[in-house]
Amino acid sequence: MKKIGVFICHCGINIAGTVDVKGIAEKLKNYPGVVFIQDYKYMCSDPGQNLIREQIRELGLEAVVVAACSPTLHEATFRRAVESVGMNPYECEIANIREQCSWVHHDKTAATAKAEIIIKSVIEKARLDEDLAPVQVPITRRALVIGGGVAGMQAALNIANSGFEVLLVEKNPSIGGRMAQLSETFPTLDCSQCILTPKMVEVAQHPRIKLLTYSELTDVSGFVGNFRVTIRQKARYVDWQKCTGCGVCMEKCPVKVASEFDSQLANRRAIYTPFPQAVPNKPVLDRPHCTYFKTGKCQICKKLCPFDAIDYDQQDVVLTEEVGAIVVATGYDLYGLEHLPEYGAGNIPDVIDGLTFERILSASGPFSGEVRRPSDGKVPQEVVFIKCVGSRDPENHYPYCSKVCCMYTTKHAMLYKHRVPDGQAYVFYMDVRADGKGYEEFYQRAAEEDKVLYLRGKVAKMYRDNGKIIVCGYDTLSGENVEIGADLVVLATAIRPAQGAVELAKLLKIQVDQHGFLTEAHPKLRPVESLTAGIFLAGCAQSPRDIPDTVAQAAGAASMVTTLFARECLYHEPITTGVNEELCSGCGICVAVCPYDARQLHREKHVVEVNEVLCEGCGACAAACPSGAAQQRNFKDAQLINMIKAILT
Amino acid sequence: MELSYYPGCTLKTTARNFETTALAVLELFDMQARELPEWYCCGVNFSQVQDNLMLQLAPLRTLMRAKQTGSRQLLTLCAMCYNTLRRAQQFIGEDEARRATINDFMDHEGGDFTGDEVEIIDILTLLKQIGPDKLQARITRPVSLQVAPYYGCLLLRPRTVAIDDPNNPQIMENLLSAVGCQPVAYPFRTDCCASYQIVNEPQIVHSQTKKIVTSAVQHGAELLVVLCPLCHYNLDAVQAEIARAERTFKTVPVLYFTQLLALIFGLPAALNDFGTHRIDPVPTLKAKGLL
Repeated sequence: MKKIGVFICHCGINIAGTVDVKGIAEKLKNYPGVVFIQDYKYMCSDPGQNLIREQIRELGLEAVVVAACSPTLHEATFRRAVESVGMNPYECEIANIREQCSWVHHDKTAATAKAEIIIKSVIEKARLDEDLAPVQVPITRRALVIGGGVAGMQAALNIANSGFEVLLVEKNPSIGGRMAQLSETFPTLDCSQCILTPKMVEVAQHPRIKLLTYSELTDVSGFVGNFRVTIRQKARYVDWQKCTGCGVCMEKCPVKVASEFDSQLANRRAIYTPFPQAVPNKPVLDRPHCTYFKTGKCQICKKLCPFDAIDYDQQDVVLTEEVGAIVVATGYDLYGLEHLPEYGAGNIPDVIDGLTFERILSASGPFSGEVRRPSDGKVPQEVVFIKCVGSRDPENHYPYCSKVCCMYTTKHAMLYKHRVPDGQAYVFYMDVRADGKGYEEFYQRAAEEDKVLYLRGKVAKMYRDNGKIIVCGYDTLSGENVEIGADLVVLATAIRPAQGAVELAKLLKIQVDQHGFLTEAHPKLRPVESLTAGIFLAGCAQSPRDIPDTVAQAAGAASMVTTLFARECLYHEPITTGVNEELCSGCGICVAVCPYDARQLHREKHVVEVNEVLCEGCGACAAACPSGAAQQRNFKDAQLINMIKAILT
Repeated sequence: MELSYYPGCTLKTTARNFETTALAVLELFDMQARELPEWYCCGVNFSQVQDNLMLQLAPLRTLMRAKQTGSRQLLTLCAMCYNTLRRAQQFIGEDEARRATINDFMDHEGGDFTGDEVEIIDILTLLKQIGPDKLQARITRPVSLQVAPYYGCLLLRPRTVAIDDPNNPQIMENLLSAVGCQPVAYPFRTDCCASYQIVNEPQIVHSQTKKIVTSAVQHGAELLVVLCPLCHYNLDAVQAEIARAERTFKTVPVLYFTQLLALIFGLPAALNDFGTHRIDPVPTLKAKGLL
């Protein structure tokens, strides 16, 4: 009979307070197969681990059961300990008598009886455990970065600069993302484009970055180290090999379309680059708006292009690529004004969101940086800024804080005052959260030097009256109702995940929270990883954050990727479900239930074959198999039946 | 179709015009509102006390009576009654302990009352259910009239009892359009009329009424319509006081929504006692061919 050692941990009083540890050790002394049993105060400590090692050496134990905390905590610790003295680590099993017993019970007698049952069942499991070895998996040392905003660019640059190839996919015609739309950045007021465009150029020119703009991910398969991705590059109707980016087509195109980049404040053409500093600086043709595609007439761009680069017959191109890791940096959108009936639901032209005001402030924006309001181009004399619009409002909108609004609103009010010194800026706020380096000082400067008037309270409603927007709010500090006749109202609307991010997450099989933000593997200790190995997160796709935090997180994600790529190969848990070919009838039921596409019916042998690398050991196939041919390693039917017997007798 | 009807106190006194016209309009669409055989004051704001179940008894007793009629729907005309009954319903509906206490206390009056047996319905929702086509088909006196809808608070707040989007309601606008009127867009249609402050702090009501009426008139209103007897008093009677004090103040007649409908549908003008209006609506109605 297999020689089994049982080690029971007190975990201080965590376990011993509720479970009679010594009593169990005494009682199970003569349990079949148990040749050694002992309790110890802290089994995970060095002396505790040594106790296990000594007994393996002295008694030649063939399996070890550690009755302690959850295996998620210390299974690896104990398996390493037994391995260090030559035992196969998969012969070491954990009986969880803390989370599943002592922590959830008060009655010591009952808890002791339950702990005993748990330990007995795990002894039964260990009795039939087999020596296993991890499955080796090769790594494709090439990364995919999804999203070409500052997060994606930073991640791509860091990975590429570490010597690995990067595929950067961006759905828009240019990289740059939201940051390219910003005017100046807090708290230093340096121009956003000035610090961003060099990075954009570096990305474009990097020998190890393959840039795919106007492209979208359409399929993902595989696993860490070995993903296969399909990318659809949308037809641009411009042959970029021939195009020099001279811009004649954009100048002469007769179709005007409200510019997405300029928040609809200015027009672009049907053939366009989103902004003059776009990278790549070559145009795409917006088919739904193009006169030629709508009526069959026009072709002005084609006639005028000096390089014959316009190609109306161009088709979408589908690429398949192999990568070893994926960084998701899909960014954010702002909560639409249409969701805010109390603030005019988007029907008052001079009630705008923060990004629109960024375009108004931007030196390269529609008003060349002069503060003018959209409706009539007038310079606004009274500007009301409202924070927490849609954020921190669980009853009506979103419960979370959008994090960047406090500082960008401060910046907005300050820049407005710099450009219109005799104007008045009001900020309605719930709190001023200035928790970054230099942020508090920045806010103080706005309030004290630039005389921005901060009013603590929310705005209940606003309406148009004689060219003004009457803003009705409440100042909770003075207890007075406040009514301001504003020329312009800027709403700091909530940040939410970019359109399509949730669908993309589904494609990648990674999790999102109830608002659609990507879920990290651990909120504190694994903040840049998804729960799926090999897929990492960066930027506002995970949660609202500012530029410094985004860049830091992107660098963190890149470092996780290069850490992965630094290994020779990956090891995969051997707890997989094989096939006993003699029992398998080839019915294929297990193929249908496998969530990981790890099982396939072999056409000639007419039995099921398993890709051990894809198998995650969930056991769905083993449960479904009608003949018992699918047996999960170290969770064999015989083991499970013995465990149940030990529990019931 | 029959449904139960809870009038509430004012509908039998100062707001008679509301009741007579509303019931007559519903008859046109073959809806018979059967007044509850016994009913009490809805309880008004007293029943909104959260920690004294005794004060909930008035509205709950009314709901029990409604349940006993066997009708699924209970119509209320007054916005205050609507609000009070709906909130009392929610107050016990959401809490088993309160429900048990109430049932124990009132066991001889019915018992086994869950609160959700009866759907409390307001006249606007009922008209919306009838549908714009049927309403339009009933127009006998087509009229070109700029009407300012006034919602006030009680049909829209709190959100849990709101008959429409509390920030941007459209139900009255849609109904007015259906019967050929032009709804006036003005910013104060969901502001509070200041309600019972008329008793203690009438100057608050004065300033609200002045603001609401001035804005409605500026935006072209020829008539203002309401669904609450208290709103009617505050907007009509107080308007008359303001007009006496300020010669330049422009007034606008205030009708119950159903008074206007009844006239457009050609029902007899005698359903109304226009003498109860402080701002006389008769000249406007005559000018528009409604009288």
